[in-house]
Amino acid sequence: MSATAPTAFNARPSGRASAFWQRLRSGDDIAYVITLTCALTILALAALLVFELYMNSALPREKFGWSFLKGTTWDPVAGQYGALPFIYGTVVTSALALLIGIPLGVGAAIFLAELAPAKVSNGLTFLIELLAAVPSVIFGLLGIFVLVPALVALEPAIRAVLGWTPLFSGPFYGVSMFSAGVVLAVMIIPFIISISREVILAVPTEQREGALALGATRWETTWDVVLPFAKKGIMGSIFLALARSLGETMAVTMVIGNEAKIHQSLFAPGYSIAAVIANNFSEASDALERGTYIELGLVLFGLTIIINGLARVLVLTTTKKGAS
Amino acid sequence: MTRRLFIVNAALVAALTLGAASAQQVLINAGGATFPYPMYSKWFDEYHKKFSNIAINYASIGSGGGIAQVTAGTVDFGASDGPMNDTQIKEFQDKRGSAILHFPTVLGADVPTYNIPGVTAQLNFTGEALAGIFLGKITKWDDPAIAKANAGVKLPSNNIVVVHRSDNSGTTYIWTDYLSKVSKDWATKPGRGTSVDWPVGLGGKGNEGVSGSIQQTANSIGYVELIYAIQNKMTYGKVQNAAGEFVLASLAGVTAAAAGMKEMPEDFRVSITNAPGKGVYPISSFTWLLIPSKIADPTKKKAIKDFLVWMLADGQKMTEALSYAPLPKAVVAKELKAIDKIQ
Amino acid sequence: MLSLRRKAVNAVMLSLTGVCTFLAVGTLLFILGYLFFHGGTSLTWDFFTKLPTPVGEPGGGMANALLGSAKLLLLASCIGIPIGFLGGVYLAEFGGSSFSFIVRYVTDLLNGVPSIVIGILAYTLIVLPQGHYSTFAGGMALGVMMIPIAVRSSEDFLKAVPVSLREGAMALGASRAKTIFTVVIPAAKAGLITGIMLNIARVAGETAPLIFTAFGNRYWSPGWDQPTASLPVMIYTYAISPYADWKQQAWSAGFVLLMLVLMINVFARMILSKRGQAAR
Repeated sequence: MSATAPTAFNARPSGRASAFWQRLRSGDDIAYVITLTCALTILALAALLVFELYMNSALPREKFGWSFLKGTTWDPVAGQYGALPFIYGTVVTSALALLIGIPLGVGAAIFLAELAPAKVSNGLTFLIELLAAVPSVIFGLLGIFVLVPALVALEPAIRAVLGWTPLFSGPFYGVSMFSAGVVLAVMIIPFIISISREVILAVPTEQREGALALGATRWETTWDVVLPFAKKGIMGSIFLALARSLGETMAVTMVIGNEAKIHQSLFAPGYSIAAVIANNFSEASDALERGTYIELGLVLFGLTIIINGLARVLVLTTTKKGAS
Repeated sequence: MTRRLFIVNAALVAALTLGAASAQQVLINAGGATFPYPMYSKWFDEYHKKFSNIAINYASIGSGGGIAQVTAGTVDFGASDGPMNDTQIKEFQDKRGSAILHFPTVLGADVPTYNIPGVTAQLNFTGEALAGIFLGKITKWDDPAIAKANAGVKLPSNNIVVVHRSDNSGTTYIWTDYLSKVSKDWATKPGRGTSVDWPVGLGGKGNEGVSGSIQQTANSIGYVELIYAIQNKMTYGKVQNAAGEFVLASLAGVTAAAAGMKEMPEDFRVSITNAPGKGVYPISSFTWLLIPSKIADPTKKKAIKDFLVWMLADGQKMTEALSYAPLPKAVVAKELKAIDKIQ
Repeated sequence: MLSLRRKAVNAVMLSLTGVCTFLAVGTLLFILGYLFFHGGTSLTWDFFTKLPTPVGEPGGGMANALLGSAKLLLLASCIGIPIGFLGGVYLAEFGGSSFSFIVRYVTDLLNGVPSIVIGILAYTLIVLPQGHYSTFAGGMALGVMMIPIAVRSSEDFLKAVPVSLREGAMALGASRAKTIFTVVIPAAKAGLITGIMLNIARVAGETAPLIFTAFGNRYWSPGWDQPTASLPVMIYTYAISPYADWKQQAWSAGFVLLMLVLMINVFARMILSKRGQAAR
């Protein structure tokens, strides 16, 4: 057998040694091993991450157990570690972000998928996806110097409309859970739009045509036929956006006020899990305190895993390509 | 095509690694207090101009960060305006196997700085008024507790927005140390510390973050080191000292506070807040560099020791330009002797 | 005949969706415009060439942060792209079993991890044992973030290569490896390169993982084992400060960062659409 002739995949050469050598030279096994190693490295990294988070948070987990998540006072100097204010802030700001982002996002997705001509739709979607590429710290920059002063100016108007609820009571200093929620909404809208648009586009035209043939208006077709069909995918996009907003660090810490207390009003300052880790981790003075921030990281990790998992399942079953 | 890319990549890596590495550059990493940051950043810059092969990279992460990182060994020395307590000193000893030495560098002042629309006067604050504001008991600017010390100033009846530190801070330690001395309510809870359970207020990161917050928020009040208020042209008030006078933070007031100190302890840890005497500014403090007593790398050790000597001589001449008071001569002499403790 | 009410609802709701789109697109244009006017117009040459000045003294620039970010991204790419790419090759070419399903699932898991948690990981695994902050730690943290993105995009683009190309190569006698490396990968070249570019652009703006790994530096950072300044962290530090000069520099830096990221994104998608494939 010539040394330079390409070996067919299933060739069976004579001696076992030369067979092995030939297969090695053909590179298939090497390629397989190398790429497999890389795939295994990814698994190893994920396992390492979970392992490190779990092990390094052992101290506070053993000491506080579940009361860590239920306590409301965070006072490292006194040794009191109650993480509820951070969980509260994270949940509230993300909920507000979704409340603002879902109508705007799904609305824009409907426009782009149903109403806009293809070229316009592609062009505008391209621009909106650029919004998704803007780094978080830039949203924070604009948050401090543009959004917060704007909200301070708008405060009387907001209070006039919504001031009757305890959600918008109390003094407003600009930096607040409300501001953080608005910034997060701006950051997650591109994700909702991009995925929802794809999902809506994937709805078979027969469904639309059927509804229109029965006399429905464009809107009624969209609302009563298309959206229910695309429901799972849109839900998936919402979960994805939620997962992203839970982990968002920089933009939130720059506008949320960084106060570790639970307030009823959205106008009040608050704190989120990611923000407190970013602010305090490097000054944790002992292993216990450092462990508490790692435990917070574990909590955040767990939350995003669950929500991302739900998102993937929902989106994969409604679009042909998985979402990015 | 990929091969060419690879070669270009490799060349870039080599260039960046080699080109940017100067043969004898000694890079020393330090981190800690934001209180003296303007002074330290000036000092390290001047020192680098004088000895261009020595670069001291100081990160202003707060006193808590300085203590934590020097204990973790991730910086060569730290800085703090709240001296390390005995537990922290013991932890350093256990973790790093040597003692931690405190070296005072300058004297500074915490000032109550505020942003009240329409008020440009320097308000007079009594200790009780400040404690009441930060406890959340005094909620409006025209509260009698504030107004009675400021006859003639028209105070609006707006809500006070308190701004404090969100990070572990020596500046907080100085402030709460003072409040604990002038208010029993404050002393019981929240008490003194680098991080306390603040009853009210927004959190800012570092002296920089607090100043920034106050600038952005109307009707706010917070505490920052004097130079931050000056550099950013912020209004700050006078504080009543133990002798009953309302004193504006100044070099004279801070120096007077240190002069009242009887004897500097051997380990240099001392508090001079609410010092007795006339002309004393009550919220004054030393600030310290935290230097391990054993430094393994001989080049770094020499560089740090040389810097300390320079700091105690030429460095002290630069403090007044940035509104920090220089160390009393007796303290300087004691420190020069203490430098020998660094092995 | 359609009732007036239904017609009205139709018109109102459809216009509302247009308003939503307008708001979304308008936000991007607003961000671009604002950063341009606040940061772009006052961009000076000093910004690119000078080191930071002492606190409170105006002037200086972010030359060290620009170089620092470049080094961090270089290291991150050297780690993240090979591992991610080869992992993607595995999933696309040798995959199909339940093992591949696990790998894909874990990759998605890793993708969703908040960047601050990755920063914690790098701190406990690299900074603490080494005893100091370093460009290396920061680069590794960013590299770990690049891996899942690289896996996904590589797999997608490799799978998009028609099976007929593979079969043709193998019919001519090429081995599996040869097919992959001389036929499939070159065919997916455009997508793979744009994937790399988008990956770098995504990670270039990450701030949180750098806070406790690369730390920060007021001077140049030689080599790889010293702390280094980086553009996003400088923006953060300067933005929350009270100094007007620093805030101005934060705007300039924000503009530079945004321009870099957006230009890479636009360029990448242009390459993709030129090749006739859907930009994703």
